[in-house]
Amino acid sequence: MNLQTNLKHISTEADYNKIVSDNENIMICCGRMGPMCVPVYAEMEDLQNEYSNVKFYDMLFDLPEAGVIRNMPECAGFMGLPFTVYIKNGKVVKATSSIQSREQITEILDSVF
Amino acid sequence: MKDKKFDIIIIGGGPAGLTAGLYIARAKVKVLVLNEGISGGQMVLTHEIANYPGINTISGFMLSRNMQKQAESFGCIVKSNIKITSFNLEGKVKTITVNEKEVFEAKAVIIATGGKSRKLNIEGENEFTGKGISYCATCDGDFFQDKEIIVVGGGNSALEEAVALTQYAKKVTIVHQFDHFQGFKHAIETAKNHKKIDFILEAEIVGFYGSKSLEEVKIKDLNTSKEFTKKIDGVFIFIGYVPQTIPFKNIIKLSKRGEIIADKNMATNISGVFVAGDCREKNIRQITTAVSDGTISALKAIEYIQSK
Repeated sequence: MNLQTNLKHISTEADYNKIVSDNENIMICCGRMGPMCVPVYAEMEDLQNEYSNVKFYDMLFDLPEAGVIRNMPECAGFMGLPFTVYIKNGKVVKATSSIQSREQITEILDSVF
Repeated sequence: MKDKKFDIIIIGGGPAGLTAGLYIARAKVKVLVLNEGISGGQMVLTHEIANYPGINTISGFMLSRNMQKQAESFGCIVKSNIKITSFNLEGKVKTITVNEKEVFEAKAVIIATGGKSRKLNIEGENEFTGKGISYCATCDGDFFQDKEIIVVGGGNSALEEAVALTQYAKKVTIVHQFDHFQGFKHAIETAKNHKKIDFILEAEIVGFYGSKSLEEVKIKDLNTSKEFTKKIDGVFIFIGYVPQTIPFKNIIKLSKRGEIIADKNMATNISGVFVAGDCREKNIRQITTAVSDGTISALKAIEYIQSK
């Protein structure tokens, strides 16, 4: 089961590992189709065209294998959906919790990638 | 976008703006919606809408998508995720500059910029948002299973969400500035009679503290000015909305609360500039009232341009 977005989806931990090993710059938003998550997916869908150096993915928070994101040390203490992680060369370089504006997302994309 | 000249430009793509876009496009008048963000406005942040006539229940996201598609099907152009960098609303031709490079022209403008959740703007609020502080009970409630939480506010949203959060939390404390609530009687009674809910009235939170996540809050008693700390796992804030009107404050007449003042035709103090939705000075803010404003502003803006 995947989120109803126009982003590429990650469904399993194996998918996640392959994507992380195959790509340099990745943004993954892990959430539900809820009010705090949907605006972030929409921004990501739009930003895909602007940031060709970054791969954009989502992952359904309730998938058992989404534990690969839920249980990241960088997400410890997070209590707001969605969990969004930014990965460079296999390493999590930034993680955010809850809704993020376009300005907040682009500020991170510009600074970490 | 090649085409830069429109009859009417709408600033904002919430229910008011999209309804105005629908009516204007259906009247075969050339219209553009400029939207800083995604379509739907505050509506997108609503998990379930159950009071929009003709629809039993729908998510705010789906209603937004449907409204945009319907407006676009009649020829309304919606340009989202843009930044309005400057504008000139006085004069016969109104200009709006987007992303510092694209200049759009129109004979009339409808401002439908809506509102956004009011924040407390106190120490620790930004730091712990998503780490114990939330503005959405339906999104984040399940992170607080068997935890102790605070709900800030005294209106219908705060009271109803406090009750909803009792399905997760072991205890909910409502912190409110006044000695009475602004919500409907039934919402007040339901909260007051709930076993898991108690109250700290005539008080306000003045700081959020913790390490990786929120651990405690500092609360000020507004009668004595004494401050005390309370250990807490989470805080949900529901203290209303602020109108998104700051860019217009020196040009358009605003109320003390920063809302745009308009007459019954949604006309502002500037000729050819109309307003619709939550950014307008009014008492009731619902999707249905935004849609009503959008309709009136659209028809009056059409009337305005056709009279010139």
